[in-house]
Amino acid sequence: MEDNVVLTARGISMTFPGVKALDNVDLTLRKGEIHALMGENGAGKSTLIKCLTGINDFEAGEIHIEGIDGPVRNHSTRDAQNVGISTVYQEVNLCPNLSVAENLFIGREPLTVLHTVDRKSYNKRSQKIMDELGISVDVTQNLENYSLAIQQMVAIARAVDMECKVLILDEPTSSLDDEEVEKLFTLMRGLREKGVSILFVTHFLEQVYAVCDRITVLRNGKYVGEYPIADLPRMKLVAAMMGKDLDDLAEIKKEQKDYSKEPMEISAKGLSHAGTIKPFNLDIHKGEVVGIGGLLGSGRSELARCIYGADKAQTGSLEVAGEQVKINQPIDAMNKGMGMLPDDRKAEGIIADLSVRENIILALQAKRGMLRQLTRAQQEEIADRYIDLIQIKTASKETLVKQLSGGNQQKVILARWLATDPDFLILDEPTRGIDIGTKSEIQKLIVKLAGEGKSVLFISSEIEEMLRTCSRMVIMRDGQKVGELDHELSQENVMKAIAGGEA
Amino acid sequence: MSSINSKSFWRRIKSWPLLLPVVALLLVMAVNIIHDAATGANPLSFFLVSLKDTTTNGTILYGRIIDIINRGSEVAILAIGMTLVVSASAGTDISVGSVMSLCASFMCMMLAGYGVSSTTTLAVPLVIGLLAAVVMGLVCGAFNGTLVAHLSIQPMVATLILYSAARAIGLLLCNDLIVYVRNPSFAFFGAFAGPIPTPIIITVICIVIVSLVLKKTALGMYIQSVGINAKASRIAGLNSKLLIFLAYTLCGLFAAIAGIVASSRITSADSNNIGLYLEMDAILSVALGGNSLGGGKFNLAGSIIGAYTIQAITTTLYALGVSSIQAPVFKAIIVILIVVIEAPPFKAFVNRMSAAKAAKGVKA
Repeated sequence: MEDNVVLTARGISMTFPGVKALDNVDLTLRKGEIHALMGENGAGKSTLIKCLTGINDFEAGEIHIEGIDGPVRNHSTRDAQNVGISTVYQEVNLCPNLSVAENLFIGREPLTVLHTVDRKSYNKRSQKIMDELGISVDVTQNLENYSLAIQQMVAIARAVDMECKVLILDEPTSSLDDEEVEKLFTLMRGLREKGVSILFVTHFLEQVYAVCDRITVLRNGKYVGEYPIADLPRMKLVAAMMGKDLDDLAEIKKEQKDYSKEPMEISAKGLSHAGTIKPFNLDIHKGEVVGIGGLLGSGRSELARCIYGADKAQTGSLEVAGEQVKINQPIDAMNKGMGMLPDDRKAEGIIADLSVRENIILALQAKRGMLRQLTRAQQEEIADRYIDLIQIKTASKETLVKQLSGGNQQKVILARWLATDPDFLILDEPTRGIDIGTKSEIQKLIVKLAGEGKSVLFISSEIEEMLRTCSRMVIMRDGQKVGELDHELSQENVMKAIAGGEA
Repeated sequence: MSSINSKSFWRRIKSWPLLLPVVALLLVMAVNIIHDAATGANPLSFFLVSLKDTTTNGTILYGRIIDIINRGSEVAILAIGMTLVVSASAGTDISVGSVMSLCASFMCMMLAGYGVSSTTTLAVPLVIGLLAAVVMGLVCGAFNGTLVAHLSIQPMVATLILYSAARAIGLLLCNDLIVYVRNPSFAFFGAFAGPIPTPIIITVICIVIVSLVLKKTALGMYIQSVGINAKASRIAGLNSKLLIFLAYTLCGLFAAIAGIVASSRITSADSNNIGLYLEMDAILSVALGGNSLGGGKFNLAGSIIGAYTIQAITTTLYALGVSSIQAPVFKAIIVILIVVIEAPPFKAFVNRMSAAKAAKGVKA
């Protein structure tokens, strides 16, 4: 073993029912480095991490950790923490109904002399930790009162505070805005100085090049290689991840077209929902892709939810295809031809314990009503069609959707909505946490849907993605629609509009 | 070749959802066989069914297994409703035993007339009495459903209200009396239809209707979907609140049917005893059936087998000479065993063991 190596994993293999998730994978982490673990959805990144942290019980291979004789095999996250491995997962795994401080110290609460939990001291320590990280929160508030981004930061703060040798960050940035990402990077660099090894999993290539020293690439559960960052420029990395050269994303962009002559699909006037979104007007024409730009928490999702009836509009009126409609709940919107892919896949998207088939047909079945059940043959035909069409990687259509990788789960939900053949589809962060190949597939799909005369409302944290697909963008700020951009869509213009005012 | 086949056979058995309830039932049967053999009786007497002439009911089916299926009827009927409630709301309806009793009291009060403590003639047509029970069950179920679905009260707390109040309301309706309705047309539901005990027929009808509904409509998937993730189900167009409400209302309906059977057996409305502790047996049936009490996926057949298994355990214990006072102790031991076998850590342990064994085999 080299001197400065902290962790080595050799020949790790692991099988899930019907899928070889990891096949002879290696990983080496050195002291004080930020190491990117890259690969497409289903490449085995999350599985490998779970092997390191004791959640998955791998079948073959060995893990060695500096300072410990013999191979290490963790059976729980606590084991992993004891050998110095802390993790922050892709989806926040904290308790929303506990306070921030309680979440930071859960399982290791400081005790008073009487062995009761020392609330005062941990509230104080928590506030100090959060202040040092530059996260402004009241640590006595329940976690659920904060945005997903803040929750993610709390999860990281918790891991950081646990004196770890190896910090694993699994997609930590997917719900953070640029400023928050920069804060996190500052933090990561600080930890690197202190000698912590960070294993960083992300789908954002630019983030890899911003902070990482080394890259390990996986593909389809197999080890592709380990490279110093300088030896693997962006295109080569993409090629290594996909096993082929990347399609030219720029080609997706359709030619500019004037949609104002097209019939109106959605026309909202003065819709609002108290506390989340102020009254707004929005027109969307047939075949048009409209993007919503704005910082995280600016009311992007809330605007969409208000139209869809996920949060019932309290004021204003809505016309769908020229007809005045009243939408009290999602099913009303669905019956008017709408569909919505929500941004929080785990909480509002997948039905984890149902099969891929059931997840795909769910919305269509809901639309048909309880008494008109799709026959088993129809269900299977629909499931097969969409598994094939958008290439969902699953062992079978009867596999439980929770066994799929994040990106494939997202595709299942997309299939659920495509199966209802909607006229108006809301896609809230459809590409979050998804690999670059799938991203471009989804973007192409959006353009294709629009070409078929469907209207799409597209929300994404990546402006380039919307620039590529949208003909018009709505700009949100502080829960309010502040404007629209319909010509000269460029990164600079959109950023200016989002930043607002005196540009 | 044959070893490969037998391997996949075992794998299929192992992933069979009814494995646990069926094994539990087989175990109970085995205990009976061994006990009968040891005491010199016919080892298969547990399964023996014969025709017997009685003065009251004519020729009837007779045997221990018939007795178990007959006596298990109420719990089996309750288990249907409980399965839906557990699946949709990740909670249990602990009021079903009391609601059974309330429905029975209301029915007997209607049949006998208010304030009458014993009658052989019916004050209103039998159908009215039965309808009264069913309506009362639906009302109670709807009450529970409203509290859980629309007011988001925890199921245990919401159903605690009727758990404690329903029997008292029943007594109030019966003017604090045990109302006897000694009428043959009413007694029919707890007696015999030809040679077969009527409760068995009623249970079979309930099971068949519910199975058909689950097969022919999307209700089953709707309820499971809501139970797994209510928020996501709503976004996908399901009315989560309505479905949870529906599950509780149906549970109330089945409590009413169980109440009719229980009351008809004793041709009276004994508010303090009808359905006593049956809510626990119903919940246990669901758990024994391999259903997670955390909601979501359910298996109705499992719950039904679970219900009869519980009755078989009770009957077996009596046959073994365990007194009815001590029987719960033995039941508890059996329950612990079954729950441990079903627990995920235990399953993981067994899987590790068999994997280690397989690895050894490969090395050798």
